[in-house]
Amino acid sequence: MMQFSRKLDIARGKIELSHGSGGRASAQLVNEIFYPAFANNLLSAGNDQAIFPSPAGRLAMSTDSFVVSPLFFPGGDIGALAVNGVINDLAMGGAQPLYLSASFIIEEGFSFAELRQIAENMGATARSAGVMIVTGDTKVVERGKADGVFITTAGVGVIQDGVNLSGDRARPGDSVILSGSLGDHGVAVMMARQNLGFDTHVESDCAALHELVAAMLATAGPSIRLMRDPTRGGLAATLNEIAQQSQVGFRLREADIPIKPDVTAVCELLGLDPLNVANEGKLIAIVDADVAPALLAQMRAHPLGRDAALIGTVVDDAHRFVEMETKFGGRRVVDWLSGEQLPRIC
Amino acid sequence: MKHIDDYRDGALARTLAERIAITIQPDRSYAFMEFCGGHTHAISRYGLEDLLPPAIRLIHGPGCPVCVLPVGRLAAAIDLAKTQSVTLCVYGDLMRVPTTRGYSLLSAKADGADIRMIYSPLDAVRMAEQNPTREVVFFAIGFETTAPATAQAILLAERKKLSNFSIICNHVLTPPAMDAIMASPGATPTTMLDGFIGPAHVATVTGLEPFEKITRRYAKPVVIAGFEPLDVLQAILMLIRQIHEGRAEIENQYLRAVSSSGNRLAQAAVAQVFNLRDSFEWRGLGVVADSALRLNERYAHFDAEQRYPIPIPHIKDHPACACSEILRGVKKPTDCRLFGTACTPETPVGSCMVSSEGACAAHWAYGRFRDKNYRPCAE
Repeated sequence: MMQFSRKLDIARGKIELSHGSGGRASAQLVNEIFYPAFANNLLSAGNDQAIFPSPAGRLAMSTDSFVVSPLFFPGGDIGALAVNGVINDLAMGGAQPLYLSASFIIEEGFSFAELRQIAENMGATARSAGVMIVTGDTKVVERGKADGVFITTAGVGVIQDGVNLSGDRARPGDSVILSGSLGDHGVAVMMARQNLGFDTHVESDCAALHELVAAMLATAGPSIRLMRDPTRGGLAATLNEIAQQSQVGFRLREADIPIKPDVTAVCELLGLDPLNVANEGKLIAIVDADVAPALLAQMRAHPLGRDAALIGTVVDDAHRFVEMETKFGGRRVVDWLSGEQLPRIC
Repeated sequence: MKHIDDYRDGALARTLAERIAITIQPDRSYAFMEFCGGHTHAISRYGLEDLLPPAIRLIHGPGCPVCVLPVGRLAAAIDLAKTQSVTLCVYGDLMRVPTTRGYSLLSAKADGADIRMIYSPLDAVRMAEQNPTREVVFFAIGFETTAPATAQAILLAERKKLSNFSIICNHVLTPPAMDAIMASPGATPTTMLDGFIGPAHVATVTGLEPFEKITRRYAKPVVIAGFEPLDVLQAILMLIRQIHEGRAEIENQYLRAVSSSGNRLAQAAVAQVFNLRDSFEWRGLGVVADSALRLNERYAHFDAEQRYPIPIPHIKDHPACACSEILRGVKKPTDCRLFGTACTPETPVGSCMVSSEGACAAHWAYGRFRDKNYRPCAE
């Protein structure tokens, strides 16, 4: 690692345009904030690219950008979100995530302390998930041209032979399994905004799902048709997407969909439908009905699937409707969200 | 969630629905208008129509403030934000409402206008206080329910002697709209409607008296009902019983929130700052006399319509749009040839598709599977 005559003043210092110039200041930022936080030799080799052996099997690749406001919220921060988000995108294809990249667009004036906090959270999240952040980039834009920091991550993972998950594989008769309660992330972020004026104890569900996925594949691999993480747009958007891709419909049972009382309460007050609210640590699995009970039991044994539930079935439907039997005994469509429900939640 | 779940109990709902089914007379049908968008939303979201006998028809009334707002008033506010560089504060459900050529508050925001989504008018007052060099305009909208909050904002701005705060007042009143529906020429809702499911939150403010006049004038029962699905079912049963007993009275199902005299403090705040407008245009209903509020002379200095030269254009709805008939119960959303084709929640053409509480938007979002041959779920 390069040594600098004076260390960055993490407690009081702020990002200046020079930190994105590619000169000595940029190098110092990377050396003193990102290398220690991400802590791996592939990164700190300091090359323009990370070089690693290719594992056996098919590779999966995904990317995602994060612009959440506020940057820190109960249950997570933009850094944890950026790492887990791309891990989950890989995991939904059945991939074991291996390597990530991370690019930062930082607003002039952003504090070193917050940047280091975010980087450390990213490093810790990656280590606990068993992945490495092996390459990255930083750019600085003038004050007012960004909102603190924006992060883009990309990831590469490997898929074992025999695993074949895809959005077009849902078949009438399949079961729909949800790994836990809906709406926690969206509501936690919304509550972290200052202007709502009421208190709740909802934390973001931000989590890496690949270990849960690996356990599910080990039990029921060939009988799992597909998995999705219902992030922006919530369960409603995800199931409508699958309905289009697989040319099927869904029949859900509202009574079986787990939603925490605090989340229900906030949604009631703000007029939101929890089925449209974002999640960052939940998955939907469409599976052969025969394996659903055993798979569900196994998911419930995993900490991230404790509240897993069988919430409905795939049906033949020329209209591709996602319909729900309400708790009340009536029926309704579960539609895509029209327009924007919340500003910037991930 | 105790006080919510109690009113969404499926078993109780089935019991109530059975009671309704055995109470109705076999040789007749019943047409009830739920005035409020809140009821419309609950009916669609919980699938209440599946529980009710076919002899009961629910007609979705005009009680959605975003739906009945004339597009011209919104266009004028957008114009104000763009040309006078004011900060325009609005409730979130207005953001997507299209004006001419689909231009919305979201479009104006993207073009650089300073448009803020707020949850309370007091937030707009606070914004004015914190930014003394900015002119802050609140686009006040809603029925009797939200008018008191606007009144509080005006009184607060007055106490703080703010000179950079004003409102565009679009507050409208429920009873004159019910009058307009019952008295409308052409179709004859007077004979068609058998009663009203009366507004919940409006009545918490106004009390029962304004609706008593409606029951007397048109000899139709009104039952004030809460917004939960069990409330609506119970109100329907109460309406049926009134009809069978030959009564046309105001009854209060929403006892847990509505008192017969309403909220006197709220009424006093409204009376302190507002006057009746002689007439006001309702999208879908046309011009209705004595149906809206404006700031009175004492508080006229907070009236943005006086502070700024903002001409309010009259923007006509699409000629094929059936909203005015739908709002009066003469047509159903599916009777409109624009419904689900040119007019969807993403591209609303008429007022009933604009907000999720509008009759067409609620049917599109929650109930459109009923428009085809529905096959029940194979378990």
